[in-house]
Amino acid sequence: MTAATPMLDTLSRVPTPEGFELTLRLAGPVPRALAYALDLAIRGLVLFAAATALPYFGRGGTGLLLLCVFLLEWFYPVAFEVWAGGATPGKRAFGLAVLNDNGTPVGFGASVTRNLLRAADFLPVLYAFGLVSMICTRQFQRLGDLAAGTIVVYRERALVRTPLPVAPPLAPPFALTLDERRAVLDFAERHATLSGERADELAAHATPLVAASPRPAAVLLGIANYQRGGTGR
Amino acid sequence: MNQAQFEARHERRWREFAAWLDGGVGAAAIAPRDWPQRYRQIAHHLALARDRAYGPELVDRLQHLALAGHQALYGSRGNALAGLVGFVGSGFPALVRRESVAVAVAAALLFVPLLGLIALLLRWPELVHYLIPQDQLASYEAMYAPGNRALGPRHGAESQLMMFGYYVWNNVKIDFQCFAGGLLFGVGAVFFMVYNGVMIGAVAGHLTQLGLIPTFWGFVAGHSSWELLGAAISGAAGLKLGWALIAPGAQPRLAALRAAGRVAVRLLYGAAGMTLGAAFIEAFWSSMRSIPAEVKYGVGILFWGLFALYFAFAGRGRGRAEGDDAH
Repeated sequence: MTAATPMLDTLSRVPTPEGFELTLRLAGPVPRALAYALDLAIRGLVLFAAATALPYFGRGGTGLLLLCVFLLEWFYPVAFEVWAGGATPGKRAFGLAVLNDNGTPVGFGASVTRNLLRAADFLPVLYAFGLVSMICTRQFQRLGDLAAGTIVVYRERALVRTPLPVAPPLAPPFALTLDERRAVLDFAERHATLSGERADELAAHATPLVAASPRPAAVLLGIANYQRGGTGR
Repeated sequence: MNQAQFEARHERRWREFAAWLDGGVGAAAIAPRDWPQRYRQIAHHLALARDRAYGPELVDRLQHLALAGHQALYGSRGNALAGLVGFVGSGFPALVRRESVAVAVAAALLFVPLLGLIALLLRWPELVHYLIPQDQLASYEAMYAPGNRALGPRHGAESQLMMFGYYVWNNVKIDFQCFAGGLLFGVGAVFFMVYNGVMIGAVAGHLTQLGLIPTFWGFVAGHSSWELLGAAISGAAGLKLGWALIAPGAQPRLAALRAAGRVAVRLLYGAAGMTLGAAFIEAFWSSMRSIPAEVKYGVGILFWGLFALYFAFAGRGRGRAEGDDAH
């Protein structure tokens, strides 16, 4: 939104009534397939346990087993999506969650819709329709997601605040745009993970800021410290 | 104001808001009537932080708070049990009346082949061999032979629970497939309706023509209304999806699909509930041999009559008000 030509990215921006945009990170087919495989394994294990235990209850046990199969097949994802924060154990393991496409938690109706329509996504084999649909839509939605108005996103990770490397604050020689400031701050926050040479090499790209400086990284760190308001205005 | 001053000034409120979101010990620090105001304040701080190009960590933190607040305030809520009672009592029959066109089309796709085949097979019994293989016919005939202890696909007192499980697993699955099949431009829903109509009609016509009337019709009478009407309504749910894709009207296909999906999934709840009821009756009542066929016919007709009254009158007046609420 800030740039004239938005960069290719998997971010989805959702406007809210309060006048800000939520930024959601969409999950693509691969993590979703892995999460599905994990869920399939979990369901298989539960079913295996039930199949081992229930025959001791005679033919009635067989009936209960069939009820288990039914519930696991259709309502395993619904139960977790509605009552456990929008994620089945598989999705949780891969850091994914299901949301409505306006960023709110998914409700019972939408969850039932998207999960019962798996039967259509699965066709003709192994979620082929679902995969094609995910590739063709902007928000990686399979058919069930399209009908239910849901998306699968990466959960917000817990935020860890990395302190900036201490450097004497340095005012930039001219006013920076919002994206430029962000880039400088991002660089400073990542600085600890870079070798000194690599940091200088990266920092040298910001030519107008670091022109003719023998240590470009130090200049950028100074500007970042200045922006964060360590001292100065 | 630079970032450090901004953070120092508002840090306490952000912590309170985070504690409220966690729902832990500090959650009570914000009175319920202040929640929206505090959320809007977070939104305001986020906008300021972005506009002033404060550090990415701060923006991310505020974005995190705002997203969680958005989800906490706008998430769906409600009393599930009260919703269920309202749906069964008035919402569902009102919905079926509103969607009477889709339900009528689906019912025609199911009942025309069903009744037509019964009529055909009574006139030309040998036609059944075009539809059902000989060994399957033999097993159907054995199921409904007059001497059996219990009626229906399996025998034995202990097996009632087993058959209940089987009927739920198999029959409700068919409802769900009808619904999902609707997404293929309605083709799947049409197929399942006609296919089930043909197969049920073929079996019913064949057994009737053989004279196994008290056993077969006695068995199916009790749950027939639940099962067939449930199937027709699940077909209607599928047709709604398909029709939204074929003829979306004055909106994009995707928007039409979503609008239809919200209605169709509620039709499906009702259909699945009816099929569940059918499974219960089929397993525990229809299979009882000790009850005379006349009583079973009576119960079956009674259910058909009650469903007619239910779909004609239940929830009139209140249905419109409650029909459009969220799921």
